[in-house]
Amino acid sequence: MLLLQIDTALIIEKVLLISVILMGSLGIAMYATWGERKVAAIMQDRIGPNRAGPMGLLQPLADGLKLFFKEEIIPDKSTRFIFILGPCLAMLTALLTSAVVPWAPDYVTSTGHVVAFQVADINVGILFVFGVVSLGVYGVMLGGWASNNKFSLLSSIRAASQAISYELAMGLSMIALIMMTGSLSLRDIVAQQHGFWDAGYFTWNIFKQPLGFIIFLTCSFAELNRAPFDLPECESELNMGYHQEYSSMKLGFYLFAEYINLFISSAIIITLFFGGYNFPFMDKIAEAANPLVFSIICMLVFITKVVGMILFFMFVRWTLPRFRYDQLMKLGWRTLIPLALGNMLVTGVLILWVFNK
Amino acid sequence: MNLYDTLFWFLSAVSVGCALGVILSRNPVNSVLFLVLTFVSISGHYILMNAQFLFIVNLIVYTGAIMVLFLFVIMLMNLNADVEPQKGQLVQLAGVVSGGVLFLVLLAAVKTASPVPIDKASIDIGLITNLGKVLFKDFVLPFEISSVLFLSAMIGAVVIGKKEESTPLPSGE
Repeated sequence: MLLLQIDTALIIEKVLLISVILMGSLGIAMYATWGERKVAAIMQDRIGPNRAGPMGLLQPLADGLKLFFKEEIIPDKSTRFIFILGPCLAMLTALLTSAVVPWAPDYVTSTGHVVAFQVADINVGILFVFGVVSLGVYGVMLGGWASNNKFSLLSSIRAASQAISYELAMGLSMIALIMMTGSLSLRDIVAQQHGFWDAGYFTWNIFKQPLGFIIFLTCSFAELNRAPFDLPECESELNMGYHQEYSSMKLGFYLFAEYINLFISSAIIITLFFGGYNFPFMDKIAEAANPLVFSIICMLVFITKVVGMILFFMFVRWTLPRFRYDQLMKLGWRTLIPLALGNMLVTGVLILWVFNK
Repeated sequence: MNLYDTLFWFLSAVSVGCALGVILSRNPVNSVLFLVLTFVSISGHYILMNAQFLFIVNLIVYTGAIMVLFLFVIMLMNLNADVEPQKGQLVQLAGVVSGGVLFLVLLAAVKTASPVPIDKASIDIGLITNLGKVLFKDFVLPFEISSVLFLSAMIGAVVIGKKEESTPLPSGE
């Protein structure tokens, strides 16, 4: 078959890239837990972690070590296999999405060999992200059910219905964006947002789809189970939520998967709406710098934007109170979906009549 | 045997094995999980045919949405092997006969089918641009009519699911 001819250099390159991305996401997720505590501490006028290492920087390592050494408990009444499968699935789906994110522009070596800083450029990149996100709910649902605890079950059912409800609005807000870009490939979408200003208007999609961005952002809060939509792990009603019965590193996997999801969805939001690795005056730097250095600068810009987005998620979490469950559903079905539909309609009309594409 | 054939046989074995698992496992949750695996391996077949859009849509619609709802219902009803409803002998017999007849029809269809050689020129037909052009140019009327069908099904579900405001609550005193 034509599509399965792969050369060795490509395999080595991709394996390297995948390992770097995996390590990178794990590292960033680790320090996101530290960042979350620091942000919470600053916003509540406390000091936060400050014992392990300077400014508490070794705290994530200490936490990880603690989780590894804790006693592993599998409840007698649980469904053993599915109980173990739950956190594995949560971790798997959290890491899968990073495959389609373009981290930096292609680097062309002097021999003409092209090194792409993207694991897979599939032409349905956005849909791939949606597919993986919709699978992500299995980890929570199976874990919550297999625990054989009523709080876990309630929480997993909440998580599933919340995820399904908000996926709709998220998908509808994406359709408007796709209508503007005309491509589902994340690589094309980033390439279209080149630079910052072109032909008298901003190139970044946030300026072309402001309402779509707000809907998408709200839905990502719900998909990530983060405050103000953290109903599945709402302590005051459900103790700890779906990971009530989990201990040791299995609990660690659930908590960690959440931070990886936070990182990856920030990366997706930046890719779709904030120009990915693009930045103002990038052409001037591309002329002056060595191509490899330029790729690295782009990647650093991208990571900086992603960190900014993560910080935004954290500020919101420590600012807004939690929604009630009926308010959450009402917001999803009665506000966001009609808004997204309207946005889609307006975008369609504008594309047809104003831009005449 | 090249890589393509290996993948094809591997995926086929997984799909058939999981499909058997769906009907053979006693626990409904296990059945649902086997069904999820079946859908995932069928999606893998779409990738082999270079139909990336169908692959991802199959994954989103079947495993991401429909199977989650199945799981949802089974979890809420707390079905397991002990409370599994037992059907009467007659119903079981009827099931076996009708299933067997369907199997016979399918077998007959497969027996008379002749393999169609893969058209190398149309290998990109499953890509989203080509699929979109076919759907919105050649088949636009059936496509729109089926979307109306979905819409009416959706409205019907909302109407059935809506609470009747006027029914008086049974008095609890």
